[in-house]
Amino acid sequence: MKHTHPLINLTAVLLFMVLYIPLLCVVLFSFNASRLGMQWGGFTLHWYVDLFHDGMVLRAAMNTMILAVSSTLISTVVGTVLAVGLQTAPWGKKARRFFEPLINLPVVTPDIIFAVALVIAFGVIRSLTGLFELGMPTMIVGHVTFQIAFVTLAVRNRLESIGNEYSEAAFDLYASFGYSFRTVILPLLLPGILAGAMLAFTLSLDDFIISFFTAGPKSMTLPIFIYASVHRGVTPEIHALSTLVMVFTILVVVLLRRSEKHNEQTEAKS
Amino acid sequence: MTENEIVYHGELVKPRTLYRRGLTFILPGLLWIAFFLALPCLSLGVVSFAQRNDYGGIDWTFTFDNMKRLIGFDLFGWSADNLVILGRSVMVAAISTFLCIALSYPLAFFLASRPARNKGLWMALLLVPFWTNLVIRTYAWLIVLAPQFPPARFAAYFEMVDPGTALYPSMIAVYIGMVASFLPFVALPLYTAVEKLDWSLVEASFDLRAGFWRTFRYAVWPQTKSAVALGITLTLVPAMGMFVVPDMLGGAKYMLIGNLIQEQFGTSRDWPFGAALSLALMVITLATLLFFNSKARANKEVRS
Repeated sequence: MKHTHPLINLTAVLLFMVLYIPLLCVVLFSFNASRLGMQWGGFTLHWYVDLFHDGMVLRAAMNTMILAVSSTLISTVVGTVLAVGLQTAPWGKKARRFFEPLINLPVVTPDIIFAVALVIAFGVIRSLTGLFELGMPTMIVGHVTFQIAFVTLAVRNRLESIGNEYSEAAFDLYASFGYSFRTVILPLLLPGILAGAMLAFTLSLDDFIISFFTAGPKSMTLPIFIYASVHRGVTPEIHALSTLVMVFTILVVVLLRRSEKHNEQTEAKS
Repeated sequence: MTENEIVYHGELVKPRTLYRRGLTFILPGLLWIAFFLALPCLSLGVVSFAQRNDYGGIDWTFTFDNMKRLIGFDLFGWSADNLVILGRSVMVAAISTFLCIALSYPLAFFLASRPARNKGLWMALLLVPFWTNLVIRTYAWLIVLAPQFPPARFAAYFEMVDPGTALYPSMIAVYIGMVASFLPFVALPLYTAVEKLDWSLVEASFDLRAGFWRTFRYAVWPQTKSAVALGITLTLVPAMGMFVVPDMLGGAKYMLIGNLIQEQFGTSRDWPFGAALSLALMVITLATLLFFNSKARANKEVRS
């Protein structure tokens, strides 16, 4: 039986505390009645009520959702189609050597370099054509670009685990490619697509750097709003907002884990 | 010309149809990445040789000014500022990565030794900070390091800081923020490796009276170093370009290259210099990764 030294356990528990104490402080102070300083002034839900009357916060929340939902929709479609294309044609080694690195590029490019490159590219296109003013569309483009890689990864994994037997059976029964794709592959693929989409959604919610660079004056998202507010001073409203963002992210991640577990179980059964 | 049909995964089809279909499927995705990632990255290289015009736009005259500025030469002669920032970025990223590795070992062993029924819970506990927004995770430290709280009081008690001052902005705060941000990036791959660890080697080592360090060096390290290598890549690359943590916890005195880049796209509005800085960041990151990789390879050669 493996057992660890008490000192190792102690260090680990301390590390967990280091990871959690700041977050718990944020939650705790979001219920703090005293506005100034760090003293405890009693319990209140006042700041949460305030949030729902703050036009700027609501707009930022709205923008965050629009950005996450639309970029997830686009990247899920493009990423799924890409994964299917990669897996269902007999690509040779040379072709693979060309497009595998391209697909992995968004995963390995540091966020800030990607963001800066996009801003400059948008700037150049804008000066030539007048299109691509920084704002929601440019943010969506930025998010889709890094999401595609992750969706493709999730869908390819699922395609591999499905194997070729199902489509072979469909073709043996004289199904056309379109028919077998619609009625056999797509339903089997759905859990993988869903997992990829949820991963893309969380990544979009989580992103700050790419949004921060590619945002226009009217397309502030919640992370950008929090970042800007902290520079003016930390307030209980920001704690309340951050608490809500954290709770929402945790919910999405729990859902993601559930669907992954569900996938594994259905795979084990088949 | 008629092409013979082949049977591919049960489908009777001409190879050409197969390729054409595959291409229509992968082209949208590939073109998207090429157009919105590969091309912009290439344009960084071009723009870094251009010049800033008076309106903050790009003036397309070829110049090496940005490179000269990068290594410190400007209108007022030479200054070490930019090089200091570059050096500091490498140092902060390297030290943070090292701290993350050192701290991930106890975490990984702790997680791996939990009984199966609540392992999921501990994993979830490690994943929640990992998925929490970086901005929130970072600014949360502003509360913990505030003057009224134990860490600052403790430091004041030992006269490390004046009583009543916060522990930020400071280099220590930057390291705390960095390690807290990147710890899960190393801990998760390391946990996977520790979970698969061959414990009989560890037991054999202890049975042969090897001490803690020898056991680690010869029984644990060889089995986990590929996970550490992955952790280094996952941490070092984002740590090099990090600007949220130094911005919030470090202030102007502890600027890193990420902050310098951000400044070129914010207040200074000097895109060509920003592009040059990004290029430098990319080169330094790649060089550091290659350095680690070559070391790992050298290690391997020595052992075999």
